Amino acid sequence: MKVLSSPMLGNQTNSAPIDVSPQPVIAASARKSAPWLRNPDSRLWKIVRPVGMVALFLTAWGLAVRLSHSALFPTPGNVVRGIAELIEKGLLLKYIIASLFRVSWGFTLAVVIGVPLGLVLGWYSRAFQAFNPLIQIFRPISPIAWIPVAILWFGVSDAAPIFLIFLASVFPITVSAIAAVQNMQLVYLRAAQNFGLSTGELFRQVIFRACLPQIITGIRIALGVAWLVVVAAEMIAVNSGLGYLIIDARNAGKRYDLVVAGMVMIGLIGLILDLLVRQLEKFDEVRWGYSR
Amino acid sequence: MKQPAVSIRDLSVTFAGKRNGEMVPVLHDVSAEVMEGEFVCVVGPSGCGKSTLLNIVAGFVPATTGDVLVEGVPVTRPDPRRIFVFQENGVFPWLTVRENISFGLRGKTNQERAELVRRYVEMVGLTGFEEMYPRELSGGMRQRVEIARALAADPDIIYMDEPFGALDFLTRLKMRTDLIRIWQTERKTILFVTHDIEEAVQLADRIFVMTQRPATIQKIVDVDLPRPRNLDSPDYLRTRDEIFQLMGMSLRVGESAVP
Repeated sequence: MKVLSSPMLGNQTNSAPIDVSPQPVIAASARKSAPWLRNPDSRLWKIVRPVGMVALFLTAWGLAVRLSHSALFPTPGNVVRGIAELIEKGLLLKYIIASLFRVSWGFTLAVVIGVPLGLVLGWYSRAFQAFNPLIQIFRPISPIAWIPVAILWFGVSDAAPIFLIFLASVFPITVSAIAAVQNMQLVYLRAAQNFGLSTGELFRQVIFRACLPQIITGIRIALGVAWLVVVAAEMIAVNSGLGYLIIDARNAGKRYDLVVAGMVMIGLIGLILDLLVRQLEKFDEVRWGYSR
Repeated sequence: MKQPAVSIRDLSVTFAGKRNGEMVPVLHDVSAEVMEGEFVCVVGPSGCGKSTLLNIVAGFVPATTGDVLVEGVPVTRPDPRRIFVFQENGVFPWLTVRENISFGLRGKTNQERAELVRRYVEMVGLTGFEEMYPRELSGGMRQRVEIARALAADPDIIYMDEPFGALDFLTRLKMRTDLIRIWQTERKTILFVTHDIEEAVQLADRIFVMTQRPATIQKIVDVDLPRPRNLDSPDYLRTRDEIFQLMGMSLRVGESAVP
């Protein structure tokens, strides 16, 4: 039998039409002189625009510091030297690893608890009725407000920031999983029921899989929040990490070059983390969920 | 004499309306039987409740009064011996064609599964597309995957709810031809809901013609035409026109059918 509409059977033999008309001399030479510059969507421009903007920002920053004759606020050059100093002392890598270690633990804990909890609460409406008010009350409390409580419970140790990161990320993850189940297409559910799946199979093979694209979106949001919170937590509850670096550089000698160096590293690592989580959206098992 | 596969007995359904206390009657006293191995189509005006009827027969929605028997046993829930084919997007987008078709084969060995997938992929004409995901396929091909998934589970009965409704005209014609060929090979009982009268006359042994809401079966039309059906034979046209008239529609565009 033939398949009527097949994406694989398209005409593969298209060839470019042969142009035999003589080229106007002026147009040809103009094209030769600036082919990249003339096309606003060329790859060159796609790189030039953001890089140019960053360069502009750094220049304006440096000028502003010089013109204001600030004694403490660093120029971009000071910051680069600050970063180099931190690398030399072996502090930068140590602090980055300390921060990432805490985020990894708190965040993994939040995923391991938040995803199953969200799926169950999304599926069992009576459990949702019971838990939802509690979730909605806890959710708007900033994790920063929990810092005194975390110190009370865990002291000045890694457990305090891990607990705070867990609190910060478990809500976005749980809530996105709940919403995903509640908005799941009825047709997937009915098809699954039709094939006689047990409750366990239903969760693993259908509900979880159908909700995965939205869960990954929740995970992305949660990781962003977790990275915000680790810095805040490290300023108060521990003696290492990028947050500690910032507060310590200020307290021990007003080293604002190191303060800003810490900020720059936080920004860059946050960017890298988001790029990594975005890769999850490219898997075949979830790509259907992101319509473009 | 063949046994009835599905018996619908005095079925009525009332849904709670959007406003408080309002009750909307959807189906009223529907009774009919579908015989083993028979191809039955249900036609009716849009929104008349024919999909609701199929959902009740399949066990997805409870009836208000009356019941549905399959082989003499009342239906209370969906069952893998009776597979439902949805209008669109019934295949799981996170599974490949192969994994979708294997979905109903959980009790089988890997070898049996591979053999069944091969057989039904070939039957619906998707050989070569086994490792693709639904989003990479056209609408017609996705419906083929769903039909293959239903057939592979080896049910006694297949329920189809406007399965070709979202497809373009030419694809629909091709799908009908293929469905009849498959039905003649597999000999499943098929209950097929459509709003397309021509589709019903091309496919069915018998047609249940529904009224407006609250819907009931106003007539059961026997389509006594040999297969493959000739779409310009006088018998085909007569049957088609009879149903058009039953549904209160004129064949001449612009002419009012209601006196």
